[in-house]
Amino acid sequence: MIIGLDVGGTHTDGVLIGDGAILAQVKVATDTGNLFDCVWACLDKLTANVEPGAISRAVLSTTLTTNAIAEGKLEKIGVVVSAGPGIDPANFQIGSHYYCVSGSIDHRGREVQPLRAGEIEEIADIFLAQNIRRAAVISKFSVRNPKHELEMARILSRACDIVVAGHSLSATLNFPRRIVTAWLNAAVHPIHKLFFEAVKQSLKSKGFEIPIYVLKADGGTMSFEASINAPEQTIFSGPAASVLGALPFASRQGDTLVLDVGGTTTDIAVFAHGTPLLEPLGGEVSGRKTLIRALKTSSIALGGDSCVEVVDGDLRIGPCRFGSALAYGGSHPTPTDALFVLGKAHSGDVDAARRGLGLVSDRLETGLEETARLVLALSCRKILRAAREMIEEINGKPVYTVKELLGGYKVNPTEILVLGGPAPYLAPLIEEASGIATCAVPQWHVTNAIGAAMAKNTSEVTLFADTERGLALAPEEEFSRPIAKDFDRKAALRLACELLHAKCLKAGASSECENDLEVVEDSQFNMVRDFCTVGRNIRVRVQTRPGLIEECRYLSQSFFNCCVLPECI
Amino acid sequence: MLSSRNKIGLVFFPAFDWAIDATHPEREERLLYTQDQVFEEGLLDIEGIVEFKPDIATVRDIQRVHFCVPDELGVTTQSHLISAGGAKKIGSEVCERNIARGFALVRPPGHHAMRVVHGARGFCNVNIEAIMIEYLRHAYGVDRVAIVDTDCHHGDGTQDIYWHDPDTLFISVHQDGRTLYPGTGFTSEYGGPNAAGTTINLPLPPRTSEEGFLYVLENAILPILDEFKPELIINSAGQDNHYSDPITDMNFSAHGYAELTSRLKPHIAVLEGGYSIESALPYMNVGIILALAGLDYSQIGEPDYNPEQLRQGPEITRRIEKVVEESLSIWKQGPQIRQNNRHQGKFFSRERHIFYDTDRIIETQRESVRACPDCGGLLVIDSRADRGSRILAVHIPRKACAKCREAGYQTFDSTGMEGFDRIFIQDRTTDEYFFRK
Repeated sequence: MIIGLDVGGTHTDGVLIGDGAILAQVKVATDTGNLFDCVWACLDKLTANVEPGAISRAVLSTTLTTNAIAEGKLEKIGVVVSAGPGIDPANFQIGSHYYCVSGSIDHRGREVQPLRAGEIEEIADIFLAQNIRRAAVISKFSVRNPKHELEMARILSRACDIVVAGHSLSATLNFPRRIVTAWLNAAVHPIHKLFFEAVKQSLKSKGFEIPIYVLKADGGTMSFEASINAPEQTIFSGPAASVLGALPFASRQGDTLVLDVGGTTTDIAVFAHGTPLLEPLGGEVSGRKTLIRALKTSSIALGGDSCVEVVDGDLRIGPCRFGSALAYGGSHPTPTDALFVLGKAHSGDVDAARRGLGLVSDRLETGLEETARLVLALSCRKILRAAREMIEEINGKPVYTVKELLGGYKVNPTEILVLGGPAPYLAPLIEEASGIATCAVPQWHVTNAIGAAMAKNTSEVTLFADTERGLALAPEEEFSRPIAKDFDRKAALRLACELLHAKCLKAGASSECENDLEVVEDSQFNMVRDFCTVGRNIRVRVQTRPGLIEECRYLSQSFFNCCVLPECI
Repeated sequence: MLSSRNKIGLVFFPAFDWAIDATHPEREERLLYTQDQVFEEGLLDIEGIVEFKPDIATVRDIQRVHFCVPDELGVTTQSHLISAGGAKKIGSEVCERNIARGFALVRPPGHHAMRVVHGARGFCNVNIEAIMIEYLRHAYGVDRVAIVDTDCHHGDGTQDIYWHDPDTLFISVHQDGRTLYPGTGFTSEYGGPNAAGTTINLPLPPRTSEEGFLYVLENAILPILDEFKPELIINSAGQDNHYSDPITDMNFSAHGYAELTSRLKPHIAVLEGGYSIESALPYMNVGIILALAGLDYSQIGEPDYNPEQLRQGPEITRRIEKVVEESLSIWKQGPQIRQNNRHQGKFFSRERHIFYDTDRIIETQRESVRACPDCGGLLVIDSRADRGSRILAVHIPRKACAKCREAGYQTFDSTGMEGFDRIFIQDRTTDEYFFRK
């Protein structure tokens, strides 16, 4: 049996899955002030009457780190950057303990200007004096040569308990994003560690010594142990949980559009042949661009609780939201009220919904039910327009080879999956508006928790080799090795796959993980100087994609069977 | 967070799978380190800097500019179409006012490609700036355009294409042709009889440094642009004036290029040459992008940049001042020369040999232009390549008068095929292109 648990902004959902069915499901209101009690209440209910030995794993997706950032409840972090020539690093200041120091490394990873140890020592003294116990160190091109970051970390370790080095978090070239990512890692480190140790301890005291996994923003899981040093990966795992929950129902052949209709917003994601698409570089956290691997999602300010109004004779929905629907005691008419008017929803104040939408229909000079239909149709059109824009953006992403430009893959959805409260009612309307086969995801109330439960590990390894420098480097793995002149792309790929395999196992993947290794980047350039080839410049990136763990891959049929879809409009 | 003062667009197309040949300067590796530097600096994340996917130029786009022998696809690869399409994309976005300025960081380059194309010369097959400009004129009704070519090599292809066009100002600043390929670009080359003075050449002595380039900019280029009043300024932004470039002999720098870009304020910059792929291009391209965006570039520099060491000698300064003086005087005389020529109503002819170094072809050309008081003048080119093809090409300019147009069709219709493999006509008044064979 598997536990999946998703702490959302308003509700915390949990499911217990086993024998191809949902054995138990819980929904409690989220208490942001005390996430632990809330998580524990859920776990307690799910594990009631369950043999401790029967549970094989528990996967948690929480808003813990997300909330901490939103509320600014973070520890003070010292940030030290070494940039060298380029954009003034003062532009990337984050936090109030930000220091720029000497030193420079070039694009090939060669040291141009050494660090000045004295400068770092002085900063260490300041950190000691100000009681700054956590720091992030970042140097430009550290992913080509981590020397300066390692040196800074070594000196600062006399003042700080934890020093995060940028190169260990991502091998992607992007200095400003590396700064933000390292800062986030250091900032959420303590709360993440404290929380999950408490969860593990509590389960243990109840006799459940089960492996705990944490959901990441890219829709993959990592073991609790692996998460301790990568807590930034858990920020914004919420959308990933829902998207993963839709995955069992997606076709493996064509492309799928996933629409998660919430109260305030609708989140949009895309599967290409059954694999969720990722952000090219990383997600955004509180308006700051990062290198945190994240699912590609787009959000439109339109949901079941969006305000419906008439402006200059035109119907308008969103982007504002004023509490819940009238049917649930809110103050403004909403698309949810339209469902009540049409008799598709019952457990609320139907009369309030009719009264509120009645005012809208008066102003439109249309019948009440017709108005309700107009509201839902417009909502669907707006969501679809946002989805089309997102697909255009994905297909418009620049590529750098002739081959890809002429023959590159273009996303073209052949099916739509809808989740969230009003999913079954909206699905036929979306199908009508888009002309694309649309269905509501079964168990749409707890898709997120199911998604968390079923998610498998994702890992990535980037290897950079320069035969002129005689070096192969996988910065995130702290791996470097001398290589011979004849080291080539094939050897690099082999090496990267070995490193990835080891990484996957360490992060809690099953041993079958090599079955879905994917090569994301595989390029080799001859380096020519004075008309002679002097070496090869090789860049290789391999990953395991987000997806479902083996035992859950064929669950979709049984979920369909045990779930009765409501009658559609 | 950084945000750009001007909304700018970038097309970055390094063609990582295309080379002239494995060790040629124009090879896969050329923009690899530029990519690394641009990515690592996070330039594409800056608010107001947008990256576009290149368009793919069409055969029709090429036919507005060139006479390709035997035809367009015979002398280009997909990479050329993408490179020209990259420039076209940036131009369109500027004309649509989606961006204020843009930079097509594309390869292969194009500024050595002339109106008639038998093959590749100076690493260029088709002229990507001219293809863009003629597309913008066709699609957006742009009229007056200025091209400032800052590649170290004389932009002889662009000069050839606009030699007879009084509405296109072509200014080339480059290393003196006596010391570098293609061996042209002297102040005495100032345009055809109907367009005298709208070609300006500024040949600079070897080892010209930042000071010299900026002097030329302030004292010749900017004042001339001011008077010409173009709707669009295009910079053929070759980067081989750099002190570390392996195939040239100048002392320009990344900081200098950024400064030049910031003062020139081109609407569209298009990458041309530049083969110091590790020591110069990464820093120069970052500098140019920041300068276009209106952001601070003062801390951009090569690891070994030392302005004191690069300073030019007084003799170089004197020679540059003389070049500037000469070109200003030509610019001033231009209108009078045009006036004198145009009323003669006859055909002016010139005969030339054109060397295609990349493809090793020698072309012999006889070019005749009708001196015309009312338009750019009918242009007829009889061209023979030593590999055997001979063609006759008739070009009717964009704003041709009825007389020139009529004469053009008459030449096309009445010339017999004897001796010619193909006879072309390019009618820019109707945007049509035909050939007989």
